[in-house]
Amino acid sequence: MKRFLGFIVKEFYHIFRDYRTLLILFGLPAVQLLLFGYVITNEIKDARIAILDQSKDEITRRISEKVLSSGYFILDKNLRSVSEIGQVFRQGNVKLVLIFGPDFSKNLDKTGNARVQIVADASDPNTASILVNYIQGILSNYLISLNAEKIPMQIVPEVRMMYNGQMKGVYMFVPGLMAMLLMLISALMTSLSITKEKELGTMELLLVSPLKPIQIIIGKVFPYVFLAFIDACIIILLGNTVFGVPVVGSVGLLLAESFLYICMALSLGILISTITSSQQIAMMLSLVALMLPTILLSGFIFPVENMPWILQVFCHIMPPKYFITIIKSIMLQGNGFRYIAFETFIMLGFTLFFIFLSVKKFKIRLA
Amino acid sequence: MPAILVEHISKQFSGVKALDDISFSIDNGELFGFIGPDGAGKTTLFRILTTLLLPDSGTAMVNGLDVVNDYLRIRQDIGYMPGRFSLYSDLSVEENLNFYATVFGTTIAENYELIRDIYIQIEPFKKRMAGKLSGGMKQKLALSCALIHKPSVLILDEPTTGVDAVSRLEFWEMLKRLKNSGITIAVATPYMDEASLCDRVALIQNGKLMAVSTPIEVTKTYPWKLFSVKADDIFGLLNDLRNFPGVHTVFAFGQAAHVSFKDRQTGEEKLVEYLQMKGHTGISVHSADANIEDCFMELMIKT
Repeated sequence: MKRFLGFIVKEFYHIFRDYRTLLILFGLPAVQLLLFGYVITNEIKDARIAILDQSKDEITRRISEKVLSSGYFILDKNLRSVSEIGQVFRQGNVKLVLIFGPDFSKNLDKTGNARVQIVADASDPNTASILVNYIQGILSNYLISLNAEKIPMQIVPEVRMMYNGQMKGVYMFVPGLMAMLLMLISALMTSLSITKEKELGTMELLLVSPLKPIQIIIGKVFPYVFLAFIDACIIILLGNTVFGVPVVGSVGLLLAESFLYICMALSLGILISTITSSQQIAMMLSLVALMLPTILLSGFIFPVENMPWILQVFCHIMPPKYFITIIKSIMLQGNGFRYIAFETFIMLGFTLFFIFLSVKKFKIRLA
Repeated sequence: MPAILVEHISKQFSGVKALDDISFSIDNGELFGFIGPDGAGKTTLFRILTTLLLPDSGTAMVNGLDVVNDYLRIRQDIGYMPGRFSLYSDLSVEENLNFYATVFGTTIAENYELIRDIYIQIEPFKKRMAGKLSGGMKQKLALSCALIHKPSVLILDEPTTGVDAVSRLEFWEMLKRLKNSGITIAVATPYMDEASLCDRVALIQNGKLMAVSTPIEVTKTYPWKLFSVKADDIFGLLNDLRNFPGVHTVFAFGQAAHVSFKDRQTGEEKLVEYLQMKGHTGISVHSADANIEDCFMELMIKT
């Protein structure tokens, strides 16, 4: 036991003396979270629009007010003629132009049919369709309030977005980032630190020592369990304080599941280091074979359900997918262990499988 | 029971024979040297002895323990210093030593006596990172680390390669002292001049042992008549000597040339006459005793 402790102390020396490792360990999670949280966002705030009001009556003014007070739009310019539309789009500030036809309220009263046109800049199709949806929502709301007394029957859908009422992107990114960063730190860092010993030749001396292979492996990995765990806490804390992502369920359960995921990622890192002896290959393997699938195939950014079946099969053998399901379930839905037992057992299975493979593949000799 | 007993060990790496049917034994408390050029098979042999590699065929025992089956127990008994500097350069001198002591279940204090002579020289720098030590100091630290658990057999792979002449001499002094305290030492070196400092040497070349004997016995086996020849123009001297009729080999040794003749009748006078005729100045010719390097060269020619 004393030997083992001595080994762990040595590992901590390595980590704390290498400021680059430290920077990756603690700087990366914070920077990534802030980047993803602020940059990649599906929400739209303060989009600039122009309005061409050809009737200028009470109703069009009221609709314009509603649109502009919604918080999503800012009036860039009031247009005077149709010819100006192309010009404001070309200037590039305006994302959408709202056009009311002539005699708007007169037509509405007489025929019950008034015309409004929405012209959007679809060079960014996602933004354009979101903006159009917002405007349509505001218009139909107004119409309902206008007709409330006149029409006896109406179906009013009352939509409620559960677990993420404001449709915030961060709610999705925090679990995904956690899966990605813990994988990066655990798998990449351990595979690097083990292959480093091989490259420097110190593994030769460790092998000749009475340390057992399992002691060497656990000794190398232990500090990273600890550090990755701290990272998990940093991500949860930052997500909560900066972006207001709640932890509805049990924090203890969340941390326990994170711990299991960290162990799984570490055992993957060990596995990588047993099949290669160069740091470079270990890094490539960790990045390409682990990071990309974690980002693309875990449901982090792209929904698994929309992928072709062959990719869906791949998704189901990606451990991060299960972890993301688990933390979403705990953080956002507040579910207990009963609801995530299946995913937990799958992760446990992955962990045991990787450890079994690594111990089998760990070489007690040089060749 | 010999400390190390090797019988018919062979090892191939993708078709190339690194070791070819090697047998020898090293007695308890012996300082045994393996002399041979780079790529001769020294490191492979040492890795088999330290249980890091498996031999393709043959058996090897360390302290009566088989290197294949009893590898865990052997790892307790041996101290190993790999050819490459293999300590942690981001750990200080003291931390390195401490680490190896803990890993072997001991402390620096417990075995300080054993390493004192060596460690005392680097102790003033004990807070310095191992990566910032000079070559000689690195070797001393590596030796201290290999010794800290009081091994009964010490296996040193080219410990003096890349170390200055003074440090090399000091290093061998230390090995002598360790040997006197009863530790068996196997040491590999590409330097022929270090051979005479061993109790026995094995000349190794292309994975084969060519001679295993005491340094004196090895030099006695040298079959030819040998002269040490000097002249002012050493380069021209070597060329002219090679053209001398009846000459067997010519090798440069520092400022002198060693010339051997298969014909024992060849005399110094004839040689001096020939060199004077070629216009050399400052000529001196002595008959000489063969050293290890002469023997090694001779053995290389034979194989």
